[in-house]
Amino acid sequence: MDYTRPKADAVIVGLGWAGSLMAEELTRAGLNVVAIERGPWETTSVNFPPAIAADELRYGVRREILKPPSVETLTFRNDSSQTALPGRDWNSWQMGYSVGGAGKHWAANAWRFSVADFQMATRVRERYSNMKLADGLIVQDWGITYDELEPHYDRFEKIAGISGKAGVINGQVQAGGNPFEGSRRNEFPTPPLVRSHWNDIFHDTTEKMGYHPFPIPAGTIGGAFRNPLGIELAPCTYCGFCGFYGCGNFSKSSPNICVIPALTQRSNFTLLTECTVLRINKSKDEKTVTGVTFLDSDGNIGYQPADIVCVSAYQLDNVRLLFLSQIGRPYDPTTGEGTLGRAYNYQTMSYGFLYFENEYMNPFISTGALSTQIDDFNGDNFDHTGLGFLGGAGIQALSDQGTPLGMTDRLPAGTTQWGSAWKKAFAHSYQNYAKIQGQGTSYSHRGSYLSLDPTYKDANGQALLRMTFDYNENDRKMSSFVRGKIDDICKQTGAKSWETVSFPDKHNSPFRPYDSSHTIGGAVMGLDPATSVLNRYQQHWDAHNLFVLGASSYPNNGGYNPTGTLSALTLWTAKAIIDNYVKSPGSLMR
Amino acid sequence: MKTSIKKTLGITALAGGIVVAAGVGVIEYNLHRDYPMTITVASGDALKAKIARGQYVAFAADCAACHTVPGGASYAGGYSLDTPFGKILASNITSDKETGIGAWSEQQFNRAVRHGIGSHGYLYPAMPYTAYAKMTDQDIDDLWAYIRTVPAVDKAVVENQLPFPYNQRFLLAGWNFLFFHTGVFEPRKSLNPEQNRGAYLVEGAGHCAACHTPKNALGGDSSGHAFQGGTLQGWYAPDLTPNPYIGLGGQSVADIVTYLKTGSNKTSVASGPMTEAVENSTQHLTDADLHAIVTYLRTLPASSTSVPIVLAANDPRMLKGKLVFQAACMACHVPNASGIPNMIPAFAKNPIINAPDPSSLIHTVLRGMLGPQTWQNPTGAGMPRFDWKMPDDNMADVLTFIRNSWGNAAPPVTAAMISQMRKNIHADMWSGIKKPENGLN
Repeated sequence: MDYTRPKADAVIVGLGWAGSLMAEELTRAGLNVVAIERGPWETTSVNFPPAIAADELRYGVRREILKPPSVETLTFRNDSSQTALPGRDWNSWQMGYSVGGAGKHWAANAWRFSVADFQMATRVRERYSNMKLADGLIVQDWGITYDELEPHYDRFEKIAGISGKAGVINGQVQAGGNPFEGSRRNEFPTPPLVRSHWNDIFHDTTEKMGYHPFPIPAGTIGGAFRNPLGIELAPCTYCGFCGFYGCGNFSKSSPNICVIPALTQRSNFTLLTECTVLRINKSKDEKTVTGVTFLDSDGNIGYQPADIVCVSAYQLDNVRLLFLSQIGRPYDPTTGEGTLGRAYNYQTMSYGFLYFENEYMNPFISTGALSTQIDDFNGDNFDHTGLGFLGGAGIQALSDQGTPLGMTDRLPAGTTQWGSAWKKAFAHSYQNYAKIQGQGTSYSHRGSYLSLDPTYKDANGQALLRMTFDYNENDRKMSSFVRGKIDDICKQTGAKSWETVSFPDKHNSPFRPYDSSHTIGGAVMGLDPATSVLNRYQQHWDAHNLFVLGASSYPNNGGYNPTGTLSALTLWTAKAIIDNYVKSPGSLMR
Repeated sequence: MKTSIKKTLGITALAGGIVVAAGVGVIEYNLHRDYPMTITVASGDALKAKIARGQYVAFAADCAACHTVPGGASYAGGYSLDTPFGKILASNITSDKETGIGAWSEQQFNRAVRHGIGSHGYLYPAMPYTAYAKMTDQDIDDLWAYIRTVPAVDKAVVENQLPFPYNQRFLLAGWNFLFFHTGVFEPRKSLNPEQNRGAYLVEGAGHCAACHTPKNALGGDSSGHAFQGGTLQGWYAPDLTPNPYIGLGGQSVADIVTYLKTGSNKTSVASGPMTEAVENSTQHLTDADLHAIVTYLRTLPASSTSVPIVLAANDPRMLKGKLVFQAACMACHVPNASGIPNMIPAFAKNPIINAPDPSSLIHTVLRGMLGPQTWQNPTGAGMPRFDWKMPDDNMADVLTFIRNSWGNAAPPVTAAMISQMRKNIHADMWSGIKKPENGLN
């Protein structure tokens, strides 16, 4: 039976980091908020306490915390001449499911983007006016600056209890931090994680090479901390069950731990779980939206009217929901016109896999974000004159992997892969394996985009999203450069053998191990409605009461994990809604 | 032998008959007598203030603890109390005229709350009228003003679900004669005004004795052991006297106020029914009242329980328990068992850990618990359940280890205690138990 719920001031689609942070801001400002979440209700002490969470088969292999492809997947192809096929098995796409979204299983690398990442078009104009960009590369500013976002990064870091060491405070470089980072107003709320043995080796090696190693910012909490919402967080135990796992110790920041306990106490907050939003409803004149239509767990269709609609699902679902709701003009790769689905980008990975001889790496002592990094070759932190590419990568010694099943293939090239020889080699390499990750920038390209698939549909009969993506010339050049730097470091570490990989040397595939889950863009923010779906407040150009929150807003990806930035952008948008939009609804670009 | 038993029974029956005959007159008198009280009539702002005061009294008396089912409509009743005598459901006290108390007069309200006589006759002392009797006329008058504002909910509740003979309400006349002392709280000369305020709240509205004073075989307060800890519904409500070891003597006044305000402090986290008491009641009280409560508790005579001899660290139970602690407990409670302030309890010198009765510990380990959520501390960090995961002997050993390490000393916990508690609280069996080969349980 169809039904209509009482009208809300705001409806929020998806209760992950973005949705819960927006709900916290809006309810604190007194608005009546209804959040709608596709998956079930989950809490730390019931659903993934330490008595349950540390189960590699259940979560690491069978990925029980992720959204199963049977619920919804997407189709993939490398270019528009191919026919896309659906991803039916686990792959690089790691969409969250249930209350908390991807904020439960993330590896908790809690970065700010660099100053240049937000303004690459301006940077190219000012610094590299003679550079010939790769053909078809899309480089455009976000319409917001790092300085505008800084207070919101600061707020997010406090809510999430982020651990780390500041590199620049109020313009002053701090010893031990990242000297290339944008200036911050405060030190991190909790101290940096204790370095692993591998972190130590990398730190000493890169320091001797003249680079600037630092502990990365992590949502694995560095010490007991009370966040601004009055919620207590516990220090990380380095248990090693982090990315792909919910944290039972209250020590990996998540919406479930850091935000939702406060929301559940507010009478102006309502949460509908196990309800799938099917579309955003448009008003008759199509200048605003009126609410959302959802399918509930009893099979009934509900309608939730609201004055404000905030879409805060996973990046891919944000874009898909706009397509399904026919809001905005779809991108046409042949003409380059249209904005919805345009400017899809990713994360360009390169690696060094190292094998030592007589070390005790003790990899079981780990977190998803136990890394020492150098940013000397990230973003625009170095002069690109004459290099022929934009961007770079954060190069890090990552101690995030110690669970035995997942490490069974971590063996030097040529090792026997079965029997007693394998067992002996595995026992040795478990303590001697190490990994350097180059997490690279990604710029959009004319030939990479998102659209609806013409063939494949989900269980509700709605078209799946289709991804058309491959690496571009800029990716290949950049990543090759980074791989060279990783190789230089490998040589100096004392490893017995190593191999280095640059992912753009092959076509992109969602089934390649160690590739990134960071799918980005497709409904990007900007200053020009001809090249962006959203204005600089993540407000839709075509419907002023529709806000889209998440990494779908990024025209390009930094050499960092996206969560910190999408959280800060959410708080920036929330401020604009509360301070300006509620008082006078309409375009915030007036 | 048989003859003497019969004779004894005969004499008892005869004596009982005389008591009943004498009692009928008393019952008839009590059930219908008037209990005069001072009532003020207010309107406008004065009424608003009166209703606000009444809501505060409702918080102090924790009416919601029993009269609101978690997640249900406020004060619509239906909450089940499992007493040693059987099941009693809390009544609907909304202003619904049919199923609630909307048709009552203030006199009737007063008679129920302070004198234990409701619309069906005597109330069962699961309703703590024995404590509420100490409340002042003004508090009852204000409470009535507030209760009348509670929206009507049409929900019929059959309160009395006790088996015979306990379902006979007239028996309460005898019980009241033995254990019910009427009379409004009288400030004591031995206490200062703050301590008297605390005593009034603790002994009156707060009805702390309902759980924290041990009960005799008839469910009355065990004389001479006030606030020395009691067991009910599979939980042990700890000793509130200044005993430094199993009571509150080892915690500062400020720490205990924090506990009552937020549900936790640097050592302890509320569990079991106290979680509800903090969420529904104490977190809403003023800091001054909470301070008064604690300063009064400080004046109680300390219980005489002394520190038992600690178990040797090389006792086999201790050695096994230590391994279980390292594998199952240490990640959150941290290696030196200091816990995390305001969210994960410390084990060292925590009075509930050292309590003579380990019921609350066994209960919490078996079934887990959702942590207290309060306005000042919404964290709600919970304890996972281990019933499915841990066999009886491991659970007994780890609790024995925890109760005899880091300066603790307490009687060992046995596997039989775990097994019995599993049955009592309907916990799951350990999933490692082999099922019989015929496939039947």
